[in-house]
Amino acid sequence: MKILVCISHVPDTTSKINFVENDTQFDTNGVSFIINPNDEFGLTRAMWFKEKQGASVDVVNVGDASTEPTLRKCLAIGADNAIRVNATPTDSFFVASQLAEVAKNGNYDLIIAGRESIDYNGGVVQGILAELINANFVNTCVGLEIDGTSATAIREIDGGKETLKTSLPLVIGGQKGLVEESDLRIPNMRGIMMARKKPLSVIEPTGNDTHTEAGNFSKPAPKGSVTLVDANNLDQLIELLHKEAKAI
Amino acid sequence: MSILIYAETENGIFKKAAFEVASYAKGVADALGTTVTAVTINATNASELGKYGVQKVLDVTNDNLKTFTAKSYTEVMTEAATQENSTVVVLSSSADSKYLSGLLAGKLKAGIASNVVKLPISISPFTVERTAFTNKAFQQTTLTTDVKIISVSNNAYGLVENETSAEIIAFSPSNTTDAVEVVSVDKATDKVSIADAEVVVSGGRGLKGPENWHLIEDLADVLGAATACSKPVSDMGWRPHGEHVGQTGKPVATNLYIAIGISGAIQHLAGVSASKVKVVINTDPEAPFFKAADYGVVGDAFEVVPQLIEKLKAFKAANS
Repeated sequence: MKILVCISHVPDTTSKINFVENDTQFDTNGVSFIINPNDEFGLTRAMWFKEKQGASVDVVNVGDASTEPTLRKCLAIGADNAIRVNATPTDSFFVASQLAEVAKNGNYDLIIAGRESIDYNGGVVQGILAELINANFVNTCVGLEIDGTSATAIREIDGGKETLKTSLPLVIGGQKGLVEESDLRIPNMRGIMMARKKPLSVIEPTGNDTHTEAGNFSKPAPKGSVTLVDANNLDQLIELLHKEAKAI
Repeated sequence: MSILIYAETENGIFKKAAFEVASYAKGVADALGTTVTAVTINATNASELGKYGVQKVLDVTNDNLKTFTAKSYTEVMTEAATQENSTVVVLSSSADSKYLSGLLAGKLKAGIASNVVKLPISISPFTVERTAFTNKAFQQTTLTTDVKIISVSNNAYGLVENETSAEIIAFSPSNTTDAVEVVSVDKATDKVSIADAEVVVSGGRGLKGPENWHLIEDLADVLGAATACSKPVSDMGWRPHGEHVGQTGKPVATNLYIAIGISGAIQHLAGVSASKVKVVINTDPEAPFFKAADYGVVGDAFEVVPQLIEKLKAFKAANS
């Protein structure tokens, strides 16, 4: 089984969000970048397929050279090959079409992406990709088993879960649940040393079509201060929620 | 030319998200000088959409489409969009609509903006404002394609009544098969989901253990609320992952969010910040959640919550 894991390179979840260049660019100053958490759950699940079912695991990112440490980290975790499509990820369609090229050329059976990246939260790259390569697709996937060419997937739905049966080739929009938080792997020294020798190929993008143009950023207005209610005067809280906030 | 929406149902009954999407689409239609057409699948009372400005309903009744399957529903929406010559499609942010949205964007070669929070800023060029960085910022996005898809954030636009007499037209899609098949659904039928709830009651490590969750559940019962939890609580296995709200869990955009024993890590606050009113109950007055909340109670959950439950019961009895 050939697996491709799509990796977004995103600001750490604790990053301060600021913008520069007249609010058109994210301010990367002082920000550390990580593997998108939703993708990392997928990568770890892919490692299990590698170890238990003999799968090969490639990782891919669409980005400039600054994303290479993130790809090296994926190699240190255990991926076999990394591919970087040398382009700025301008919009969902552009990224999906670059991933589709890599997917077609590599004849992958299973493509694991995340439910969404935690920076732009678009959540549509994986669906567009599935459509472009005409693969089956399961989003918000929290459990996946592959047996031959058939797949059983668990999808998180609003208020519960459902079990789906489908077949390869398959695209997954993964998230926590594919593996647990405690299953995530911190690269060890041996992994980091080996990652330096593993192939990281850089390929040029195919086409430059986009469907959207990014405009200015802004930040929410600062919030007013909290109204404190004495723990012995909860009637006041109910009154405030009813009359002032009109929330109950 | 009309604006197309997918009006979601649950057991044949429209979800609130369907009415919200209809309300939003009517706003866009007015700006464009056109009308709203809805696609419904196995809805029992399609005409209800008229209340929110839908002029025409393409009413699909098909046993193959009884459970949601993304590709077959994408086919239905594609056929409807083609028939109606729709240039704008509006979807909700439910799990099903998000599943559908990428496939539909690929199929219709449409530019798509997710997490849109208000009516388009401009029609030509077609520019919308969406949230980014898990509600820590907004970004303007211009859709440059002929067909455009807008996924509206839940509870951002709200319901706007616009009494219209909806024309109901039976619609028979030609292709209703899907290579992804639903084997079983595991869903609590007696509980409201986080996505559909008006009120969410959420617990953190301050509750000290899963055996104390009756406090959260009892408070949620009184308020007709969904229950949720912080990341550590789900990581420790006290509560299922599906209840984890925050940046890597579920986003919450509800009318009222009550956080109990949750300190308010930045990732948690980002995930719940789209909620309209936030209440925090915590023993630690220095907890970061007090900076993000509208109302706060400094106190022990084990003392405050039982009292609050009793007082709310009395309030509900007096106001119902």
